[in-house]
Amino acid sequence: MSLSSRHLLGLSGVPKEDLQLILDTATTFREVLERPIKKVPTLQGKTIVNLFYENSTRTRISFELAQKRLSADTINFSTSTSSAKKGETFKDTVRNIEAMKVDMIVVRHQSAGVPQYLTKISKANIINAGDGLHEHPTQGLLDMYSIRERLGKLQGLKVCIAGDVAHSRVALSNIFGLKTMGAEVSVCGPSTMIPTGIESFGVKVLHNINDAIANNDVLNVLRIQLERNAGVRIPSLREYHQYFGITTERIEKFNRDILILHPGPINRGVELSSEVADGPYQVILDQVTNGVAIRMAVLYLLGTMHN
Amino acid sequence: MKIVLKQVNLLNPEQKLQQKSDILIEDGVIKKIGGLKEEDFKTSKVFDFENKYCVPGMLDMHVHLREPGREDEETVETGCNAASAGGFTSVACMPNTSPDIDSAEVVRYIKEKSKNHLVEVYPVAAASLGRKGEALAPMYELFEAGAVAFSDDGIAIKTPHVLRHAMEYSKMFDAPIIEHCEDDSLADGAMNESATSTLLGLPAIPTVAEDLIVIRDIMMAEFTGARVHIAHISSKNAVDLVRQAKKKGIKVTAEVAPHHFTLSDEMVKTFDTNYKMNPPLRSSEDVDAMIEGLIDGTIDCIASDHAPHSIEEKEMEFIYAPNGILGLETILGISLSELVHKKRLSLSQLVEKLSINPRKVLNLPVPQIKEGEKADLTIFDPDLIWTVDVSKFKSKSKNSPFDKRLLTGKSIAVINKNKMFYEEKFFGI
Repeated sequence: MSLSSRHLLGLSGVPKEDLQLILDTATTFREVLERPIKKVPTLQGKTIVNLFYENSTRTRISFELAQKRLSADTINFSTSTSSAKKGETFKDTVRNIEAMKVDMIVVRHQSAGVPQYLTKISKANIINAGDGLHEHPTQGLLDMYSIRERLGKLQGLKVCIAGDVAHSRVALSNIFGLKTMGAEVSVCGPSTMIPTGIESFGVKVLHNINDAIANNDVLNVLRIQLERNAGVRIPSLREYHQYFGITTERIEKFNRDILILHPGPINRGVELSSEVADGPYQVILDQVTNGVAIRMAVLYLLGTMHN
Repeated sequence: MKIVLKQVNLLNPEQKLQQKSDILIEDGVIKKIGGLKEEDFKTSKVFDFENKYCVPGMLDMHVHLREPGREDEETVETGCNAASAGGFTSVACMPNTSPDIDSAEVVRYIKEKSKNHLVEVYPVAAASLGRKGEALAPMYELFEAGAVAFSDDGIAIKTPHVLRHAMEYSKMFDAPIIEHCEDDSLADGAMNESATSTLLGLPAIPTVAEDLIVIRDIMMAEFTGARVHIAHISSKNAVDLVRQAKKKGIKVTAEVAPHHFTLSDEMVKTFDTNYKMNPPLRSSEDVDAMIEGLIDGTIDCIASDHAPHSIEEKEMEFIYAPNGILGLETILGISLSELVHKKRLSLSQLVEKLSINPRKVLNLPVPQIKEGEKADLTIFDPDLIWTVDVSKFKSKSKNSPFDKRLLTGKSIAVINKNKMFYEEKFFGI
């Protein structure tokens, strides 16, 4: 079994068989992570560059750990300044790195479309670790993995993505992946945080968080991105928490069976109360562990393909 | 020197002229239309233009020549060469150069640079100093130096206060204010806001950013009695607003660029930065509204918004790439293919949009195809099938989304200022 594409640019258009294969492969690696020696020799001799043009802690560490556990050689290239400001073009940077003979590139960038662009200028396998407000496919996969791990399936589940959907790359990857796997997906948030035309992707739009809790099996709660000018779109964090925050009271009143996910980092007291963030309904730290397994699966499947 | 254009279809709706004829041009002046003698053919260089059309020289009223300031992308000369190849005998060049065209010196510099070229260059000067929207540019002086219109192109004139005075002042010499209609506070994006921008995760500009400034400008034109010209109109609502304003008798005109009546924002799915321009490619509904506006006359002109950019600037991450695409060498072919061959406009209507109306907006005389008149002519073949090849462009830049596109209709020759451009060469006539 192998994937139908040699890159992972997003979950849009990825066939069900591929998603299934990644999730199943991750199960194997998830088990490896519980061993005393958490390392396999699968990608020995492969060189992977983590090309991060945007600050990231957990995603980069997660990828790096995944690479090390597969015995790949890993190089980190991090810069928060755009190539435009640096003087060297993005293309030149990539060509230089590629000239050092790398096999795979994991890329995060402020601009949507950079992973696609990379496939045109590089021969390496490209893995999108987040591009602009576009996609973050490994996050989508690890969310699906975590849901499946807990609830045993994805088909037929009702999943709501709540929060600043308009400024989230996690939302789109979740929507595409979950829908392909047969889940029913909705989004919930203030109307200023719901992007134009999202209904056309076949998701329901909700503005009442109580309804969202009451009518779903899973709530994937997004971070309010303070750095993305959230202040103009909501009156205050206090008001957001009051009307859209997930609290124990709400969960206990409307749906005690709900499963809470959050891609992190959490703004405690904003989208999630501390009690919920640490409480029995959430799987937030499982998501982090599963993230390593998912990234191992993706790296393994792409890294062992015949290019 | 004498030349004969043999059996060419003369077409000038302004003169109600439509006839197939031989035409004799001597020293840049039209000497005879029809009734040519054996002698005339013998003593002239003869061009067999049967089945070609000869129309008043076309004027592209919205081009960026990049000189002074970005001569690596385009110069007055290379821009004029591109114009000649595209079928234009005149262009109006926008003021967002470096320095801006906000002093008579820059106007004269551009005029001087284009003096000996076939193509006549009409500078559009900045309405405000440095296009900052704070103080008026020396408009009268700019006008006297050769500017034909005023615009802060790249952006709209910042405040209604400055807009008002720019309009009132320009009214004295009947020069239009050309507006790039976009509300700044809504314009922080890389493409049109739509389900497609959501799908692609790109920051987006809603059409209302354009509509708001269009309505502001229309109301100000009504209030001041000045003329306003809406540059590169792209939204359906904006076309409706112009349509209503025209019915009310407000002095508003509009132009559209070929990409806005040909391509929709779906094209951005390729993340090809040659689909990035401002205003951005809109929805297919907006594209249809542009064609509707062209048909019913709401949109007066077709202009290319020719915006050369260097390869290294365009080969960039999508959100960082500059806005703009080339247009001079494809505008006629696209217009013929998309409008005339698809039976949306007649050839006469197209000539109005490309030759006649731009001059009316800019208050310039329309070239007449008449004995005794200076020859300012475009000759095109409406049926020639060709493939766009950016590597053959005369422009210094290559940023066109229309590369490799098959078009029907192409310019064959242009004649102006005692010069002719034909088969890739300029020569005196």
